Amino acid sequence: MRVRGVLAGILTLVVALCVGLPIEARTFRVAFERDVASMDPYVRTGSHASAFHHNIYEPLVRYDAQLEIEPALAARWRTVNPVTWHFELRRGVRFHDGNVFDADDVLFSFARVRAEGSDVAGFVESIKQIRKLDSYTLEVVTKAPDPTLLNALAHWYIMDREWAREKGAEQPAEPTGPRSNHALLHANGTGPFRLGERRPGVRTILEPNPDWWDEPRHNLDRVIVTPIESAQKRTEALLSGKLSLTLPLLSRDIERIDRAEGLRVLRGPDLRTVFLGMDQFRDHLLYADVEDANPFQDRRVRRAIYQAIDVEAIRREVMGGASRPTGLLIGPGVSGYREMVDRRMPYDPERARALLAEAGYAQGFGITLDCPQGRYVNDVQICTAVAGMLLEVGIRVTPAVHDTRKFFKKLLNGDVSFYLLGWTPGDLDAGSVVRDLLVPPHEGGLDWNAGRFGNREITRLSRRIDGEVDIAKRQAMIDQCFRIMHEEAGYIPLHQQALAWGVRDGVDLAQRPDNALHYWTVRME
Amino acid sequence: MLAFIIRRLLQSILVMLTVGLIAFALFRFVGDPINNMVGQDTSLADRAALRESLGLNDPFLVQYGNYLINAVQGQFGISYQQRRPVADLLVERLPATLELSLVAAVLALLVGVPMGVYTGLRREGFLSKVFLVVSLIGISLPTFLIGILLILVFGVMLQWLPTFGRGEVVDLGGWTTGMLTASGIKALIMPSITLALFQMTLIMRLVRSEMLEVLRTDYIKFARARGLTNRAVNFGHALKNTMVPVITITGLQLGSIIAFAIITESVFQWPGMGLLFIQAINEVDIPVMASYLILIAFFFVTINLIVDLLYYAVDPRLRVDKLVAGGHGS
Repeated sequence: MRVRGVLAGILTLVVALCVGLPIEARTFRVAFERDVASMDPYVRTGSHASAFHHNIYEPLVRYDAQLEIEPALAARWRTVNPVTWHFELRRGVRFHDGNVFDADDVLFSFARVRAEGSDVAGFVESIKQIRKLDSYTLEVVTKAPDPTLLNALAHWYIMDREWAREKGAEQPAEPTGPRSNHALLHANGTGPFRLGERRPGVRTILEPNPDWWDEPRHNLDRVIVTPIESAQKRTEALLSGKLSLTLPLLSRDIERIDRAEGLRVLRGPDLRTVFLGMDQFRDHLLYADVEDANPFQDRRVRRAIYQAIDVEAIRREVMGGASRPTGLLIGPGVSGYREMVDRRMPYDPERARALLAEAGYAQGFGITLDCPQGRYVNDVQICTAVAGMLLEVGIRVTPAVHDTRKFFKKLLNGDVSFYLLGWTPGDLDAGSVVRDLLVPPHEGGLDWNAGRFGNREITRLSRRIDGEVDIAKRQAMIDQCFRIMHEEAGYIPLHQQALAWGVRDGVDLAQRPDNALHYWTVRME
Repeated sequence: MLAFIIRRLLQSILVMLTVGLIAFALFRFVGDPINNMVGQDTSLADRAALRESLGLNDPFLVQYGNYLINAVQGQFGISYQQRRPVADLLVERLPATLELSLVAAVLALLVGVPMGVYTGLRREGFLSKVFLVVSLIGISLPTFLIGILLILVFGVMLQWLPTFGRGEVVDLGGWTTGMLTASGIKALIMPSITLALFQMTLIMRLVRSEMLEVLRTDYIKFARARGLTNRAVNFGHALKNTMVPVITITGLQLGSIIAFAIITESVFQWPGMGLLFIQAINEVDIPVMASYLILIAFFFVTINLIVDLLYYAVDPRLRVDKLVAGGHGS
């Protein structure tokens, strides 16, 4: 009798396991490459965390699906004079715990975002002060006229003053900090989702906020976010039916997912531009077999390399057609991008050979191309293809492949001669690309300009771009900077890669070129 | 006895210190943690300041020394990525690893011992040959390959079992368990089989050879002469005597199960300490890496110590040997 009872129990368990529990209504399961390091919107690095936090916390203004600015916590705004803005805040907005949102929360957030430990202070750097005119009106004064203020504000999320005070999280946790901080694991925003469960590195659950001020487009009951680092495992998980969506996909998995029953691949243009950089600063290259000179300091050599690379062949053979060749360091979707400036020098190996001969390198030279592995779509294959193409004109390229961490360390130390890099401007604005990559580090550019490309005219223009509020004038200067870059062949732009998201049928969502997935745009059958 | 324990304790501490030393010596080659901690717009000066304040510019011996000084006071550092105490992170992930390891160990015993007994008794049987071939596969195929094959068949093709994660877990006051939910048990099946397979074949082969040995001894012959049933002879007398080395080996193997769970955890995205370590490598999260390695060393050392002490308690010959030989490390 007892044996039979035990057997019946085991049988029930087996049946239950095989049938499985009924799947909860409309749970959106998604896997990304890595976990968001913290729930604190001021403790973060990179666009992935920013996109995730946006589901919980909201900025004053936000980007819509076309990457145009639209009102969020600020209902409307106007410029009083070039450095003074008035923002009228949205009324009737509540944080997830019920606290009312008002001007004090913005003032608190302004102090907190600039506190020690915050990683996103850069977005409010141009703001001199914020004054409260009344509970729902703010005056923002910038240090200088700032044409990209709204773009920057879209990345600064507002936190609740009362909640942060109560929980002892008035400041973001510092990396050297002595103890944990409540806001690292908990959240209280105004956004469309509230934090349901947080297990760092394991999974994060979001639940819809029924009191959201905006009309929700989504119909989800729950979102489960899991980090799965390996692209292959993400694909397996999607194929096994345990995920609704995963990104990014490897090129080799795209076809497999497209063929699979019930799955499809969402494709779209990516904002990231992949390009080649060259050391134009040192008198002797670190990694070349030219003894007495730096060939990259000769514009003819840079143009020769540019014209020796068949970017269409890279698109066709390496990228499987999924890339958009470009002559700029920005693509459509970045504000300040203009189709008419986006021109490439033609592929012309004959001309390249002639230019090299003219520059005194008829026999070519040997050079090492530093290349990250797994950072960009097919990065290593691109480097190999480039090496093959340059060999045609006599330049002997040895690709040196590094894992991403070591590659970036090497790059930022300027320890490269010839390298492959990808770039998405953090504020989605062309002006910052000019300032960061077209100006050498000792003149205000970033160390990411590892070849220290520079041009006096660009440096001069870039200072004016930063303060120019007249959109047309500003655009003309940006265009001019990229024209000079093109003429000088200061960089060799290759392409914008394409986004590829693996999605289960029945999921409908807006795919944005900045690779940001916002759950409030997702609908499931 | 006391001298023996103290000597072993000192050796254990030395092992852990050495592991830490090697770990810190290697961290310099992993990459620069700063790039994973700040955004792309951060200036070189800010990066340098952060590097300085984290002590990353110090020689590795100084870094290690600082780590040890804090560790002695129970401070294992702050995770660069999560900005939370490393001890919290490890405690969160410990249940997943221990649950997986224990289930795998029990599975290895429950399947391995009967298989070993069977192949020992029916040496020429067809099933025995099958078991032996299977065990050869289990010993020679690497763990990750078995895991990948299981995922392919039962996850991707048949879609019966999840390919990642722990399923739904229940939080029992700080200890999370997946044993109480259907999805948790389903998620446990493939990883535990993968992790158990090697140990299972090891135990099976051990039991088989011990059984063959014991069955040849005189007291088994006498037992049979007394007319005892086969069952009493095989299980009551033979198996019982094979158990001493089996228990020892299983105990020792527990340490390696916990340590090598890292491979299974990464194959199945099992959110235990091993996966935490792999994530930490990708982020160059030095405090997490250091603490994990030293913790694993601690597990090994502790288990070895316990086994040694048990030996000492159980086997009187060891005590005599020690006295005669003046002690030697085992």
